Amino acid sequence: MDRPLRLVVANPLDALARTLEALLVVASAPLSLDELCAAAEEEQERVDLALGLLGERYAEGRSGIVLEQVAGGWAFRASREAADACARLFERPVQRGLSQAALETLAIVAYLGPCSRPEVARIRGVAADSAVAGLVERGLIAEAGREDGIGGAVRYRTTPLFERVFGLENLSQLPRLDDLGDDADMIRDRLHAVSAQRTA
Amino acid sequence: MIVRELELDLDAFEGPFDLLLTLVLKEELDLAEVDVAGIVVRFVERLAEREQLDLEACGEFLVLVAALLELKARGLFPDEEAELADLEPEEAAEELARRLAEYRRMKEAAAWLVERLAGERDRFFRIGPAPLAPQPERRLAPQDPAKLGEVLRLLAAPPPTVSLAHMELRFPPVAQFVERFRALLTRRSVVDFDQEVGGLTRVEQAVAFLALLELRRANQITISQAAPFAPIRIARAEETAAANERTPAWIVHSA
Repeated sequence: MDRPLRLVVANPLDALARTLEALLVVASAPLSLDELCAAAEEEQERVDLALGLLGERYAEGRSGIVLEQVAGGWAFRASREAADACARLFERPVQRGLSQAALETLAIVAYLGPCSRPEVARIRGVAADSAVAGLVERGLIAEAGREDGIGGAVRYRTTPLFERVFGLENLSQLPRLDDLGDDADMIRDRLHAVSAQRTA
Repeated sequence: MIVRELELDLDAFEGPFDLLLTLVLKEELDLAEVDVAGIVVRFVERLAEREQLDLEACGEFLVLVAALLELKARGLFPDEEAELADLEPEEAAEELARRLAEYRRMKEAAAWLVERLAGERDRFFRIGPAPLAPQPERRLAPQDPAKLGEVLRLLAAPPPTVSLAHMELRFPPVAQFVERFRALLTRRSVVDFDQEVGGLTRVEQAVAFLALLELRRANQITISQAAPFAPIRIARAEETAAANERTPAWIVHSA
């Protein structure tokens, strides 16, 4: 039979891509590049390429399963168009809203972590015990050692789940604090104005 | 409306707000005495007198009252934050401004998180315990069976028996010594205790001493010692009526 020349040759990375696919479907948390390389017994470069292949295949709008780079690794998640259906059957990781105290505490731990409860309290001006306990229970922050010295306070840092829930590849994706409006000068001027007035 | 000219009439202070701040910053007025709620009420009253909301004044007032409250809170719990007290008023103001700004930034960060969370509501993914990792194989270096046998033989050797000699305490009956002292005293009028028990073991000496006390209790003997650690001398008791009456009453138990 006069077959046209096959231009699409089976990609040599296909086998590796299938392996990675399998690993990611079993995983319950994002897998790092190192983990994928070790499990597939492959070089980083090839795994990277294979992930690229998978990324195209499992892209938003193309598949119900979406491959994403999140929390320092790679993971499958449901496509956004299936979110409503998912919501009917499953609870979101942070279904119930976070209180303002919890959000502020979470922000402090995310930006300044690992940090201890006294440090959080120092910035917020009120005790952070219940907010910290609530965030630990939700799995958004976790203990990360203690402060130096005997009986040092427990320190907390955000978990990979935090990065996942907020869709962050890593913590460096948080916006810079300076970009969030630095009005220290304004407040300082006000307070200086007050102290200037008292001398007048 | 100018916040610093707000007239205050509090228990601890009467005058303009500005003066209150000055006195507080100069530490001439103890903030713990100042009713901050009173200041707020006064401000709100003044605010209500006006038809238009003075946002500028409200903002300024909030900043000042927040700073006052923080200062007061730190004053009320001094050991928690000693460093602020050590600062000059200007430095304290600077430090307060820095902290207020830091808190403000964290509030902004929290707001960003809220926004982000709302944007990522549609993300559904699997969460669960990680599947079990394979147990790492523990590989041993090649071993020599003879050497292993040698080591096991060392372990299999019975341990030396432990001497329990020090735990054995044999008490001779007190009665034995009672009889012995009685017999001695029929032959001799005075007996030297140390001399009699000199050759005995420590335990026997102790029992002999108990026998001595028994005899003394029964008034059958008298005991004398010139000085502490001097020889103990035992003599027959005087043949008194009282002694005779009580003699048969005693019973000796062996230890």
